Amino acid sequence: MNGVPHIQVTDLTYRYEPDAPKALDTINLSVPRGQFVAILGHNGSGKSTLAKLLNGLFLPTEGTVHISGMDTRDDDKIWDIRRTAGMVFQNPDNQLVATEVYDDVAFGLENIGVPPDDMPPRIDEALALTGMSEFKNRAPHLLSGGQKQRVAIAGILAMHPEALILDEATAMLDPQGRKEVLQTVRRLNEEQGITVVWITHFMEEATHAQRVLVMDHGQIAMDGSPREIFAQVDRLRDLRLDVPPMTQLARLLKERDIDIAPDVLNVEELVKEVKRLCPLCLKN
Amino acid sequence: MRDITLGQYYPVDSPIHRLDPRTKIILIFLYIIAVFLVPNLLMYIPVAAYLMLAAWLAKLPFSMLLRSLKPMRILLIITFVLNLFFASGTQKLLQIGGFVLWQEGLLTALTFSLRLILLVTGSSILTLTTAPVTLTDGLERLASPLKVIKFPAHEMAMMMTIALRFIPTLIEEADKIMKAQTARGADFETGNLMARARAMIPLLVPLFISAFRRAGDLAMAMEARCYRGGEGRTRLHKLAYTKRDVLAFLSILLLYAIILLPRML
Ligand SMILES: Nc1ncnc2c1ncn2[C@@H]1O[C@H](COP(=O)(O)OP(=O)(O)OP(=O)(O)O)[C@@H](O)[C@H]1O
Ligand SMILES: [Mg+2]
Repeated sequence: MNGVPHIQVTDLTYRYEPDAPKALDTINLSVPRGQFVAILGHNGSGKSTLAKLLNGLFLPTEGTVHISGMDTRDDDKIWDIRRTAGMVFQNPDNQLVATEVYDDVAFGLENIGVPPDDMPPRIDEALALTGMSEFKNRAPHLLSGGQKQRVAIAGILAMHPEALILDEATAMLDPQGRKEVLQTVRRLNEEQGITVVWITHFMEEATHAQRVLVMDHGQIAMDGSPREIFAQVDRLRDLRLDVPPMTQLARLLKERDIDIAPDVLNVEELVKEVKRLCPLCLKN
Repeated sequence: MRDITLGQYYPVDSPIHRLDPRTKIILIFLYIIAVFLVPNLLMYIPVAAYLMLAAWLAKLPFSMLLRSLKPMRILLIITFVLNLFFASGTQKLLQIGGFVLWQEGLLTALTFSLRLILLVTGSSILTLTTAPVTLTDGLERLASPLKVIKFPAHEMAMMMTIALRFIPTLIEEADKIMKAQTARGADFETGNLMARARAMIPLLVPLFISAFRRAGDLAMAMEARCYRGGEGRTRLHKLAYTKRDVLAFLSILLLYAIILLPRML
């Protein structure tokens, strides 16, 4: 498997109907194993469509999608692909199936035919990794949005995935829930080496990725590190996107002649800059 | 409202709670037949005793059983009164003016009411002692031999599970929509039946639309989680008959023996 990119998209075009416009237009993309990729793009730019092609929920109109070398159009491989490339959706209410957290995490395992005796350790591990162990007997409707999303992630983790695709998994959450989910996913990426495709409208979240893709009209308009991408303020504005709030702040300060690095990405980096500029601001 | 998923499940630990759900479903079935087979009023005593024994073993308070009868009270009264007054027979018990109370009338009235009471409380023991999910599991297993005649046993169970999962979510949503509409001056409380039904339309339309959207989302999410129907699927909860289940089956045989043997001898 070494050497094969984890996700390989080649000349991918997708139309919802034969005569509909292209929702995706000749996309080429290669994601190495263990990378954390954020995908940005305005409404209707094709992010969700791409996500659904990555685990074979949709099949390419033209071109190919390979996951660990497996073609999503290969009928024999499709369940392997869906198992190893798990997907979390936007609405936390509409992806949990069972009436208890524990049973819901079991759902995927039941689907792939794991023997009943092997399930409990896998479920317990997945719940522990997402910090949901203490809620295992809760009914889903009694959980917060962030907790529901973590259950959804646990349901995928139990299947021992290699990639996680999250399509605006934080869009319907409050700030606390967003933080919970992002932290959980970052930890899984760092500690378990799981490849992450993180689709979002929050620029701040994208700053934590290793790589940022910006989509526009079904094409990949920008591809680079967060620092490279968010330095291009005008280009982003053309694509109807903002820069992250902390970057915006640093730029405004810079314009007012404060000697701050203009490429600050997130709160952690801003704190570092403030400490550098003003040692007196430090407590103790 | 939030506890609706629990339905009327009474969560304590008892030998009856721990019976295999399949056993309980079959037993209730046999019990219902037994109630209909009872040959005379006297023989309702062992059936009632059997019921009380089960309720006692299940640690169900008597009030829970009575509560299960509450929705039936009108039907019970009607059954009793109709059978009492409109039967005719040979043995006069009482005559007031043109109205005659026949002994046969009293007997049928008692028989029918008792039957109804025993049926309702009996089946409520099943739902009181079995969690809805376990019940679904049991039904699926019991119905799975019918798959050979294309009966969708797995699909039926899956539908019940999803319904149980989403009923509270939809109730919450209905509540939210209702509050939003009330804030805009909608009135769900007053007016005659027609007016109230009409007031429900602005509630039901968005509720249905959202339910369909949820169904679409859920189908996609289930597919992403490798769901492909019942074929090749394993289950987390194993069902296994134990000695307890054997005892339960023997007990119902005993009940049949008590009811039927005197007639055969
Ligand atoms: N089910 C569908 N049927 C037909 N066309 C669709 C469907 N879903 C999306 N499209 C079209 O495909 C294009 C890409 O949509 P997509 O949902 O992938 O965008 P997106 O980037 O996820 O947007 P958003 O940020 O709003 O989620 C849009 O032009 C959209 O109108
Ligand atoms: Mg989308």
